[in-house]
Amino acid sequence: MTMVKVKLKLSRMADGDTLDVLLTEGEPLESVPRTAKEQGHHVEDIRKEGEYYHVIIRK
Amino acid sequence: MERKKLSIVCFSGDFDKALAAFTLATGAAAVNWEVKMFFTFWGLNVLKKKTGRAWIGSGVLAKVFNFLMGGKRNLPLSRLNFGGASPALMTGMMKKNNVATLDELIVAAKELGIDFVACEMAMHILGIKKDDLDDHVHNVAGVATFLDASKDGQIIFI
Repeated sequence: MTMVKVKLKLSRMADGDTLDVLLTEGEPLESVPRTAKEQGHHVEDIRKEGEYYHVIIRK
Repeated sequence: MERKKLSIVCFSGDFDKALAAFTLATGAAAVNWEVKMFFTFWGLNVLKKKTGRAWIGSGVLAKVFNFLMGGKRNLPLSRLNFGGASPALMTGMMKKNNVATLDELIVAAKELGIDFVACEMAMHILGIKKDDLDDHVHNVAGVATFLDASKDGQIIFI
């Protein structure tokens, strides 16, 4: 469901906007950046702050 | 790049199996697969506009059948149903664990543009009309049309 939510969020954003996805350890941490890239978005950063990973995606 | 195709035959009207079908469908659509869901027999219960028990259908037998089967709110768990209490308990557990519920998955499936197709023959037998089903059902089709639309893709039966 994580990727479903990310995809729907991205579809409602304007080109050039960025989305900050907060994730914990697990499969989405690998699949979200990979799928975003496959769909032509730019993954600008993946960093850990506190208990969450932030995946920054530019549409 | 050509999109991969997934077609899911949603035959079951069980709550847990509908969950599996919609989880798979939305997951595939999220990674850009072209997804079709073909609802037949008990699976049609998931798409009825009247989500509770209602006397829909043409003919006495069809009306009784449809009333007894009910809609989305009456879907039983395939095991340990406990007289219909389990789906509500299961939904509570899913919310608690931050997992998408069946309603959320159905909304997501529509937003992702997943194609809902209703089986013509099953609708005929059960006396269900297109108007009785969710407005997202644009097509009513038979096996031949479904197979043609699903060729070159994966077909899963749930």
